[in-house]
Amino acid sequence: MSAASVGRAPMTGSQLVEVAGEPGHIVSTAPFDPGSAARLTAEQEHFYLASQWMLMWWKFKRHRVAVVSGIILLLMYASTLVSEVLVPYNLHTRHTDFIYASPQSVHWVHKGELIGPFVYPLVKSLDMVTLRREYTENTTQPYPLRFFCSGDPYEFWGLVDMSFHLMCPPEGATVFLLGTDRLGRDVMSRIVYGARISLTIGLLGIAISFALGLLFGGIAGYFGGWSDMVIQRAIEIIRSFPELPLWMALSAVLPVTWSPLLVYFGITGILAMLDWTGLARAVRSKLLALREEDYCTAARLMGASPKRIIGRHLLPGFMSHLIAAATLSIPGMILGETALSFLGIGLRPPITSWGVLLNEAQNINVVALYPWLMLPVVPVIVVILAFNFFGDGLRDAADPYR
Amino acid sequence: MLRYVVNRVLLMIPTLIAISVIVFTIIQLPPGNYLESYIAELQAQGESVDPQKIAFLRQYYGLDKPLVEQYLRWAGGMLVGDFGYSFEYNLPVTQVVGDRMMLTILVSSFTILFTWAVAFPIGIYSATHQYSWGDYGLSLLGFLGIAIPNFMLALVMLYFANVIFGTSIGGLMGPEFIGKPWTWAKIVSILEHSWIPVVVIGVGGTAGMIRKMRANLLDELQKQYVVTARAKGLPPGKVLRKYPLRMALNFFISDIGSLLPSIISGAEITAVVLSLPTTGPMLLAALKSQDMYLAGSFLMFLAFMIVVGVLVSDLALMALDPRIRLQGGVAR
Repeated sequence: MSAASVGRAPMTGSQLVEVAGEPGHIVSTAPFDPGSAARLTAEQEHFYLASQWMLMWWKFKRHRVAVVSGIILLLMYASTLVSEVLVPYNLHTRHTDFIYASPQSVHWVHKGELIGPFVYPLVKSLDMVTLRREYTENTTQPYPLRFFCSGDPYEFWGLVDMSFHLMCPPEGATVFLLGTDRLGRDVMSRIVYGARISLTIGLLGIAISFALGLLFGGIAGYFGGWSDMVIQRAIEIIRSFPELPLWMALSAVLPVTWSPLLVYFGITGILAMLDWTGLARAVRSKLLALREEDYCTAARLMGASPKRIIGRHLLPGFMSHLIAAATLSIPGMILGETALSFLGIGLRPPITSWGVLLNEAQNINVVALYPWLMLPVVPVIVVILAFNFFGDGLRDAADPYR
Repeated sequence: MLRYVVNRVLLMIPTLIAISVIVFTIIQLPPGNYLESYIAELQAQGESVDPQKIAFLRQYYGLDKPLVEQYLRWAGGMLVGDFGYSFEYNLPVTQVVGDRMMLTILVSSFTILFTWAVAFPIGIYSATHQYSWGDYGLSLLGFLGIAIPNFMLALVMLYFANVIFGTSIGGLMGPEFIGKPWTWAKIVSILEHSWIPVVVIGVGGTAGMIRKMRANLLDELQKQYVVTARAKGLPPGKVLRKYPLRMALNFFISDIGSLLPSIISGAEITAVVLSLPTTGPMLLAALKSQDMYLAGSFLMFLAFMIVVGVLVSDLALMALDPRIRLQGGVAR
C-alpha cells in the first residue's frame, strides 16, 4: 500500500460534474484555488502527521493472519495468569484408578433427550492377553458437567487459597478431555499449566538476548574499529557451533544440586546466550546504515548531541525492526526448551513445561498405545506458527512507507 | 585466486582455536575436579573403582598439570585424531565411534542434498507464482515444517514407516548388518533406512530454505535487468533461466553456513529418537553421565564439520561467482 492511496483528499460530489456524452470524464466546476495543494485536509493531516507507531499499527491491521495470530498469542499469555481457574484438575492431582485413560468425550444428547454437556463415567477393564488397561464408557446414566464451581483446592499465585474452577468434573465421574498419563494425571490440565513455563521462557529469554544484542551490536556499530572486529569475529564463532548440541552441553553442565526454579533461569540464560548474535548483527548493520542518512547529518549540523541523535533519531528508526526480529526469534527458544526437556536435560519435574510433558512421549510405544500423550505438541505448533505470522506482520509493518 | 584459497584456509585456524577454547571451557565448567566427581558417581552406582584406571586417566588427561597444559594436551590429541577416552567402553573414543562420525557426515550430506532437491523447485514455483493458491499452500506447508518439532515428527514417521512399509524400527541399517564389514547389501540397507532421518531432519531446513529462496528470487525478479530482458522479447522461461536463477544458485551455496548448523542440530536430536548409530545418542549419553571430555570431543567434531562445510561452500561459491573469483573478495 502506498502512502498516497490513504492520504488522498476526498472529492465532494457537489463540485463534480460529469461531462455529458463522455462516460467517466469528470470535471470540477468549483473556482480554481491555487492554495489547495498546500493545505492539508483533516484526513491528510491525520495521515501525514501520524506517529510512526500509529503508521505501523495501521499497516499491521491490514495483515489479517498476523492480527489473528496476535490475538491467539494474547489469549494464550492471558491464560497463563489464571491457569488454575481454567482447568478442571490441579497440576499434580493423581487418579490412581485411571492410569493411561484415553480421552473422554463430552456428550449433549442422552437417549434422544438434550441435557447439555455431560460425560459418561469410565469403566476400567484389563485385557488379559495384552495386559492393557482399557476404558469404556458406562452409558446408563449421564453425569452433567459443572461450571463455575468449586473443585480441587489450589493456592492462587501461591497466595490465596481457592477452589474455584471454570469447569469441574461431575460428582462420581471424571472429565479427562485429553486422557491421563502414566500417573493418572489429567493431560489437558497439565498442558494449560505447562503454557506458563513454555511461554514465559521465550519472553524472558528474548528479554535477555535483546539486551545483549542491543549492547554488543550497539558497541560494534557505534564505536566501530577494533571493537567491531572483535565482536564480529565472536559472533561468527558462536554461529559456527551447532546450536542444539551446544545447548545440550551447557544445560548438562548445570549443577544437579540446583533447585528446579534455578534450573529454569539457567536454561533461559543458556538459550539467550546463544541467541543474541542475530539481533546484534541487525543492530550493527542498521546503526551503520542509519548513521549515514541525511536526517542524521542534518541533526548533527543543527548541533544535536550524540546522545540526542541516538535516542531521538537512530533508536526509533530501527527499534521497530528489532522488535520484529526479536518476535521472530522467540519460536526458536521455545523449540529449544522443548527439545532440551524432551531429551531430559532441560527442565525437570515438578516444573512442568510442554517439553517436560513430551518427555513422557519418548518412545514408539506411546505413539502406538497412548497417542494422546503426544498432544502437548499441538500448542507448541500453534505458538510457533502464531509467533512466525505475528513477527512477519510486524516486520512488514515496521516499514510503513514501503 | 590461489591467494584467496590460502587466505580462506588460514582464516579457519584462529576460528578453530577459538572454538576449541570455548569447548574446553565447557568441559571445565562442572564444579570440582572432573575425575573426583567421576569416581564419586561410580561409587554412588555401587561400582568398584580400579585405582590403576584412575591413575591412567589422571595421567592421560594430565589432570595434575596446570589448566593451560591440560588444554594443550587435549587439543593436541585432537590434532592427531585422538578424540579422548570412553569410560563406558574402556577404549579410545576413535575405536568406539569411528563409524558413528562417518555416518553423521553421511546423513548430514544426504540431508543437504535432499533439502536442495526439494527447496529449489518449490522455491522457484512459489516465487514465479506469487500469491497463487499453490504459493499459499506451499508456504503453509513450509511454516508447518518449521513449527513441528522434528523429534515428534521422527517418532510419528517411524511408527508409520513400520506400519506401512515394514521398515524395522530405529537404527540406520538392518540389525543383521550392525558391526559387519561394509558390503553392497549393507549399503543398500543403509539407503533403505536413511530416508526417514533424512526427511525428518531435512523438513525444518527445507522450509526455511524455500522461504529464503522465494524472497531472494522475488527480489531478483523485480530488478531492471529482468525487465530489460523481458522487454527485449525473451521468453519467460529463458529470462528466468538465464539471469535470476543463476543469482539464486549462488545463494543456495552460500547459505550452507546457516543450513549446516541447523541440520546438525536436527540430526543430533533426531538420532536420539531414532536411535541412529551417529554421534547424537552418544553425545547425549556422555552429557548425562557427565563424561565431559567425551562430550567435548563430539562438540568439537561437530563444530569442525560446520567450519569445513562453510569452507567448502565458500570455495564452491568462488568457482561459481566471477565477482568473488576475480576480485578475491570475501564471500557473503
